[in-house]
Order: sequence, then structure tokens, then C-alpha cells
Amino acid sequence: MQFFGGSEISPSPPVPTATGNNAHMMYVFNRNGVCLLYREWNRPLHTLNPQQDHKLMFGLLFSLKSLTAKMDPTKYHFVSLSLHSFQHQFSVAVYNFLLMMRSAEKGNLGIPQLPGQGCSFHSFRTNTYKLSFMETPSGIKFILVTNPRTGDLRETLKYIYNLYVEYVAKNPLYTPGTLIRCELFNTALDQYVRSIA
Amino acid sequence: MAAIYSLYIINKSGGLIFYKDYGSKGRMDTNDSLRVASLWHSMHAISQQLSPINGCSGIELLEADTFDLHCFQSLTGTKFFVVCETGTQHMEALLKVIYELYTDYVLKNPFYEMEMPIRCELFDINLTQAIQKDRVALLGR
Repeated sequence: MQFFGGSEISPSPPVPTATGNNAHMMYVFNRNGVCLLYREWNRPLHTLNPQQDHKLMFGLLFSLKSLTAKMDPTKYHFVSLSLHSFQHQFSVAVYNFLLMMRSAEKGNLGIPQLPGQGCSFHSFRTNTYKLSFMETPSGIKFILVTNPRTGDLRETLKYIYNLYVEYVAKNPLYTPGTLIRCELFNTALDQYVRSIA
Repeated sequence: MAAIYSLYIINKSGGLIFYKDYGSKGRMDTNDSLRVASLWHSMHAISQQLSPINGCSGIELLEADTFDLHCFQSLTGTKFFVVCETGTQHMEALLKVIYELYTDYVLKNPFYEMEMPIRCELFDINLTQAIQKDRVALLGR
């Protein structure tokens, strides 16, 4: 399911797909929910204070991932059977076997999923914005909020991930798990986001 | 012809009032379908809080790797959402048709109690007809 292969270090930026305004804002979270980066370019409405906003965003994404993993139609779903139908010993053996098979079913809601495990969503759209989401194998989550007419931004997010790798992950002065304070990353990001509009 | 996996109708408090699956791919345990419905209700509400612009009315389309989820919310807060194959066309039109069937066969039924699970035969019959594959293709007109 992961697709971060490729021999190029920094692929060329994909063809711009967005029409209209610039992107609204962007979030980067690590696997523990720490907000590593929050960039705002165009946000007329602030409903909550920044800490609550970040927590709510992370919580929403965590729950949505849980929901999509549960609703995945390609996973086998074990439907519970009533106990009274298992009267005979053979039936008991079958019942035990089926209980073992439960591990093959889709996880119950709320079970923590590893990055890349289970079906994940890549975007959702409302009438006022479109949120594009990408999670890397290391659990870094990239979220880009744009206008609703934007096309598929998966390639865009991959490019932004490459910018992150180049300017943040490879920066010897950056401590993983802390706020990103890399000027080069911010500049490159702003420049790129302006170009996709 | 792209497939529909399941249909859910949620009342304004987030409780599941109707669930129908089409095929084994959409099938879900009763308890799980209730949980998924309430979870969706909350996610829909939270997404409105995170909007950068005024006037957000919640998630209309969720695109995942293996399925799409289209949601329609009526003016009264009743939500209709359908889980379908990625790239299925005309789901918004289908949801509006289902809403029309809901108003005709459920709301106008004098024995139907508001916000309760839907047990209206005529609704089921007409819903099955509306979801038939050739009918969904016609919605593209």
C-alpha cells in the first residue's frame, strides 16, 4: 500500500490542479499527535484557539482513519453467530475455529492501527473546503486544506513530503518530534503552494 | 457498472434509523453499523468546526483507497450516506432520490414515529427499485 519508492530524490512538481484561491492552511502531525507544523495562508474563520484546533484536527483524522478501516469493503467481516446453534461437539470445534478466525476480521473501532495498516482515506470534501490527507510509513501526517474545487492532491502531498525529507528530516539541527522551525522548508513550501493555485 | 455497498440513514441525534447492505462487501454487524453511524454523525459535526470559511455544512464526500462515501444532509439534520466503489457517478442525485422516497413513504406514513427505525415496506420496495443498476445510470441525465 505504500508508494514512497522511486529513484529520484526530489521529483519535479506535479501539474497544478487547483483552480481559484490559494490553499487555506496546512498541518503536519507526528504519530503521537504533536503538531509539528501549522501554516496558514487564508483563513477568515477561526472557531477555536490554536491548541484546541490542532487537537480537534488530529482527533478527527484519527477517528476517520478508524472509520475507514472498519468500513473497508475488501476486508473479510466476521458476522457473529448465535451460541445456541452450537450444540454438538463438532460444532464446538467449529465455533472455536471461527473464534480464532476473528483475528482475520476488520479490527474493531478504536483499535490503534499502524501507519499503512487498514484502508485509509485520502481526502474529504465539504461545501466550503477540501481536506487532503497523507500518512507516511513513519506516521507523519500531512494535511492540506484547500478550496472544494481542488482536484486530487495526492501527488502534491508526496512532493511536500519530499520537501519535508530534504529540509527537515535531513537537517542536523532538527529534533524529531518537535516543532519545525526550518526557514528553508517554510520558504520552499510557501513557494510551492503558491504555484499550485 | 460501479457498485453500491451499503446505505445508512441517521436521524438528527446521530442514531441509525435505516441500514441496508448490497452484497457481502457492504455487510456489517448490527452493533458495528450503529457505532459507525454515530461515529459518522460526530465526524460530520466536527468537520464543520474545522472549516476555514463560514457556512460549512459538513462532509459531503469522503474518498478512501477502496471506497467512497457520499453524504447528504437534509435541512432537518437527517443524514443519508452511501458507501460505494471508488469513482461511482451520480451518487448525489441518487441520495436526493432516496430523500424524496423517504419523505413520500416514511414521513407521510401516519404510523411512522419520528426518529425511530424505519419499518415501511413501501419505502423498501421503492428503494430497491431506485438502486437497481440501470436506474442509477439514468440519474446521469
